[in-house]
Amino acid sequence: MIRVKNLHKSFGSNEVLKGIDLEVHESDVVVLIGASGSGKSTFLRCLNFLEIEDEGEIYIEDQLIQPKSTPLNKVREKVGMVFQHFHLFPHKTVLENIIEAPVKVKKIPKKQAETEALALLKKVGLAEKANVYPYSLSGGQKQRAAIARSLAMHPKVMLFDEPTSALDPELVGEVLTVMKTLAQEGMTMIVVTHEMSFAREVADWVAFMDQGKIIEIGPPQQIFEDPQEARTKEFLSRVR
Amino acid sequence: MDVLLEIFQTTFVGFSKAAWQTIQLTFWSLLLGIGIGIIFAFFKISKYKVLHIIADIYITFIRGTPLIVQIFIIYFGLAQMNIVTLEDFTAGVLALAIHAGAYIAEIFRGSIQSIDKGQMEAAQSLGMTYPLAMRRIILPQAFRRSIPALGNQFIIGLKDSSLVAFIGGKELWATAMTTAADNFRQFETFFINGLYYLVLVIIFTYLLKILEKKLDVEQRGEAT
Ligand SMILES: Nc1ncnc2c1ncn2[C@@H]1O[C@H](COP(=O)(O)OP(=O)(O)OP(=O)(O)O)[C@@H](O)[C@H]1O
Ligand SMILES: [Mg+2]
Repeated sequence: MIRVKNLHKSFGSNEVLKGIDLEVHESDVVVLIGASGSGKSTFLRCLNFLEIEDEGEIYIEDQLIQPKSTPLNKVREKVGMVFQHFHLFPHKTVLENIIEAPVKVKKIPKKQAETEALALLKKVGLAEKANVYPYSLSGGQKQRAAIARSLAMHPKVMLFDEPTSALDPELVGEVLTVMKTLAQEGMTMIVVTHEMSFAREVADWVAFMDQGKIIEIGPPQQIFEDPQEARTKEFLSRVR
Repeated sequence: MDVLLEIFQTTFVGFSKAAWQTIQLTFWSLLLGIGIGIIFAFFKISKYKVLHIIADIYITFIRGTPLIVQIFIIYFGLAQMNIVTLEDFTAGVLALAIHAGAYIAEIFRGSIQSIDKGQMEAAQSLGMTYPLAMRRIILPQAFRRSIPALGNQFIIGLKDSSLVAFIGGKELWATAMTTAADNFRQFETFFINGLYYLVLVIIFTYLLKILEKKLDVEQRGEAT
């Protein structure tokens, strides 16, 4: 589904990604953990080409994406992204947020897009919020709406960058529940999170990033119970 | 007081016609100015350096010279150079538009840049191209955000339109000049003249408030 080879990315003289390799198969849920500044966000953003790598290769569905020659908007249709701060469109209702890209990008008839959007809203538990503006939603509701918006494009893979970090603790659960459902339905997901319980329960693979590299990857059990690398151990002892 | 009332009555028809002329000058020049403003705002945020330079030259020239000079260049200057001979109204609209456009460009540039960059990223992550995301996501928000400053520019434009009198425009101030030259009642005539501007500004400000309120109900603040 996604294959990353030797990915490098610098901002000025600050080398943030120092050669990342990762292979994600269909329906895999990969949880990325690591200290602040280790490059998790930058890595996810590279997968969606919001940042362009300096070096290395990214294959999406076995297609090598060359940012200079591949139309990135077409690639992004396949790769959904959920942000820490939601970024719903404030001048559009929840329903309009969701149908915007299907109608304007995929040219799906508006009626059909609305029907699909309502089904998605039901799925994330926001059926009754279709016609309100984002400002009136709670953080958890905003994030669920943002997930629905992303799903409306039928992405092949979903990227989540700390989707619950901006939420009040009591609202974290409702978002994680939606993500868990997605995982169970077989969505391919790469999730950056500090919610270790989610990683344990939902992840197929947990990858630990440190200073721009994935230094350890394995099933959650192995990473949490029997980490091999000293730095993984040290990180886990701090977050527990 | 009686004199004031009498002069108000005798000048009513003339001033009303002139007020309509002022409204038209203002409306068309600002509409055109908004178009110019959008274009140069895009020049300023584009990644092409040439376009920046063009926009900077334009904005610097407009902000650095008096409006009356700009009006004269367009009306008398262009005619003398055999480029184009414009009617006073057309020249007035054009000059006011080119003038306001520079300020409006800066207003739009500021409000486009004030939109959280997460909005563009979210739009692009959904597969929208840059131009589509601009048109559907960024500009509508930027436009709403620019309304107060745009309203201000509109009020300035309304008052600036009086300078078109110097090239023969039959607007409010020109009419006051000819009227006062006739009746020798400078105080009353210009006082009433001022009231016409004031009323126009008050009406416009009121309409703007309504518009802002209406948009605010739809989209409260920065809530994302
Ligand atoms: N646009 C940018 N310009 C310059 N430096 C950047 C940019 N984005 C990220 N960085 C730098 O890259 C490094 C890694 O940042 P990144 O956001 O990827 O880390 P992270 O692992 O997601 O951290 P956190 O857990 O705090 O979100 C940091 O040193 C950051 O300052
Ligand atoms: Mg981050």
